[in-house]
Amino acid sequence: MTEVDLIEGFRDPEHMKALAALIKKECKSKINIMEVCGGHTHTIMKFGLSQILPDLIEFVHGPGCPVCIMPKERIDHAIALASMPNTILATLGDMIRVPGSKTSLQKLRAEGKDIRSLYSPMDVIKIAQENPDKNVVFFAIGFETTTPMSAVLVQQAIALGLKNVFFHINHVTVPEAVDAIMSGGDAKIDAFLGPSHVSVITGYKIYEPIAEKYHTPVVVSGFEPTDVMESVLRIVRQINEGKSVVDNEYARAVSREGNLKAQELVNTYFEKREHFRWRGIGDIPKSALKLKAQYAAYDAEIVFDDVLPKEELNDHKMCICGDILKGKAKPFDCKVFGKACTPTNPMGSCMVSSEGACAAYFKYGKLSLKGATA
Amino acid sequence: MSKQILLSHGGGGEETQNLIKDLFFKHFENDILLRMEDAASLVMNDHKIAFTTDSFVVSPLFFKGGNIGKLAIAGTVNDLSMMGAKPRYMTCSFMIEEGFLVSHLEDIVMTMRDEMAKSGVKIVAGDTKVVPRGGVDGLFINTAGIGEIMCENISAHNLENDDVIIVSNEVGNHGACILATREEIELESDLQTDCASLWKPVEALIDANVKIHALRDATRGGLSAVLNEWASTSHVCIEVDEAKIPVAKEVRGVCELLGFEPYEFANEGTMVIALPKAEAQRALDILKQFDETAKVAMIGTVSDRFADKVVLHTPWGSERFLEPPKGELLPRIC
Amino acid sequence: MCLSIPSKVVEIDENNYATVDTMGVKRKVTLDLISEPVNIGDYVLIHVGFAMNKISKEHAEDSIAAYNEIVEAMKDGSIAEDEGESQYDRS
Repeated sequence: MTEVDLIEGFRDPEHMKALAALIKKECKSKINIMEVCGGHTHTIMKFGLSQILPDLIEFVHGPGCPVCIMPKERIDHAIALASMPNTILATLGDMIRVPGSKTSLQKLRAEGKDIRSLYSPMDVIKIAQENPDKNVVFFAIGFETTTPMSAVLVQQAIALGLKNVFFHINHVTVPEAVDAIMSGGDAKIDAFLGPSHVSVITGYKIYEPIAEKYHTPVVVSGFEPTDVMESVLRIVRQINEGKSVVDNEYARAVSREGNLKAQELVNTYFEKREHFRWRGIGDIPKSALKLKAQYAAYDAEIVFDDVLPKEELNDHKMCICGDILKGKAKPFDCKVFGKACTPTNPMGSCMVSSEGACAAYFKYGKLSLKGATA
Repeated sequence: MSKQILLSHGGGGEETQNLIKDLFFKHFENDILLRMEDAASLVMNDHKIAFTTDSFVVSPLFFKGGNIGKLAIAGTVNDLSMMGAKPRYMTCSFMIEEGFLVSHLEDIVMTMRDEMAKSGVKIVAGDTKVVPRGGVDGLFINTAGIGEIMCENISAHNLENDDVIIVSNEVGNHGACILATREEIELESDLQTDCASLWKPVEALIDANVKIHALRDATRGGLSAVLNEWASTSHVCIEVDEAKIPVAKEVRGVCELLGFEPYEFANEGTMVIALPKAEAQRALDILKQFDETAKVAMIGTVSDRFADKVVLHTPWGSERFLEPPKGELLPRIC
Repeated sequence: MCLSIPSKVVEIDENNYATVDTMGVKRKVTLDLISEPVNIGDYVLIHVGFAMNKISKEHAEDSIAAYNEIVEAMKDGSIAEDEGESQYDRS
């Protein structure tokens, strides 16, 4: 087996057709499956999985897009930090395109501010060493997959004695978000497709309370099309048998305990916040992380508190990102989808992040509306 | 329209199109320009001429399989070739940053000489400017090209129902090669640009009287940009089979690593052809004989299913629209 | 979730950085998050410049073998290709 097989081997058309046929045969009732993770939304839309699955299977898109759930005021934090003199703001990928209340990091960069879009958090070290007279602020985002990398960065910054590195931590956690959605009572979700790479880090043990509390099967699924199809099949079988357990389809990468070293690093530098506002959902207690008190000297929210706006900002009335993140609406239900709100002119974060449901629908989904023209 | 020019305005996708339509066309409007072909088709003293211009600002200047000079010649030659025009004469302007190494400049110029020999085009006028450090990034090149139209009526307006779509080479090699070479990404691969002059293969098609409806080289915005432009210009639907689109393994690797699709990456020596079904096999046979087009493949057809749209069929029976490329290239993160 | 891709380890340096190969494209990632030993020829999942863990080839092969069995079942008639409903309607 080669690394090509590890990718291509999970996209075999023969396997896909066979799995589709088996699911069609065994699926007896309507099943609403929430795929928590934005990456899974992407896989489902890009590979057109809804088109080869029976109508009885419906995907409900979950809040697993860390850029999408960032409330506007925290994007304004990033903008405020980037606007400080002698400051370099660094973040990963899509974050620079999200609009805050007045502008975006991308537009600010065009106006001359030093804003860096990184491929790896570790690049912050080099930037800080090359710019000793500047403040380098790392705007950290991501679910449990990316949190350990920020922890390593904190560790390195401290070990190297770097005094010009600061962190604005926006890491969030999956189980609390899922719990918040389910405890509302109005989400009609029968099963979960568990995130692939969050699970690599945390282990699949974190979903056991959910399966037990809400009697919903949770199948931890790999990222590739056959992984998702196989996971849907396992959900169908659990539902048919009246089971609701955590099952690990992604056994080649995920274990029950996860990556203990990564978990330990996270626990060394971060702790849970009591409260964190999720865009469109509201406050979810203990769903986000911050630096521990002993690292306050590195915490941008403490060190630069005076420049950070405090007001909580809500979205435009027409934006239904909140309902989409809660799985209560689909992008096509939104009146501004594809019209006032597009990837180049996004009104809500589901559209601006390429992991967001609206962006995925815009790029891959328009043909799925039967008879749609554009 | 935003107040400032953003990088995405130069991406070759939707934002670029909007800038051209809303600003440049607004003030420069004339019938020839509005046709928006690869080169302008002109009549002067009864002679049919194609006339084009291009600027080259690639970074880095040297990459696997070529450099900015090779791009400048092949790019101009191809713009003319895509109009069915034999490339005859070019101009070339160099804008050079103070401190640029003469040896590098000579390497680039020698590459240009070698590339010109492939199509027979000659540089007949030029200009040289040197700007203080920081004025340009090393070297920028601007060209203009003139060719004799040998085959008329090749146009993005001409696609018809049941036409077949052919691509002459693997897609995305140049864009992926450049991206992989960019220092901040630090990828290493054997990936080479596909930069090549395409006049010889095009000439062979014309000489054999193969009927061609549309011809375009897939530069910025890649295969997706070409197919979407054609679909909306001719008001047809283009349906392609994902499994039939040739993509090099390393390009797929770059795409998987960084979260892109190969259909958005630029090419610099790969063309897309739309032609009647009956002509397809002859075209394939002719193109297979040239090194530059040896990997030619038939990838799709023209239909009337969804006007102005491009449909991508997966190998397992699902389908989606291939949307026009947008924005600057930005990797997905979680 | 987060974009992550299986890659083969082709080199490991003294600073605990591995050169990994994905379909012929190589890049360096740090092994600082992996506590078990990593050897040349192992497959790892990489994400934003880090290797997150090792991929089990055995489990991967098991998964693919299971898919192959389903394909066989379809060929010998245990499962009919067009059984059941589908949203996908080409007519």
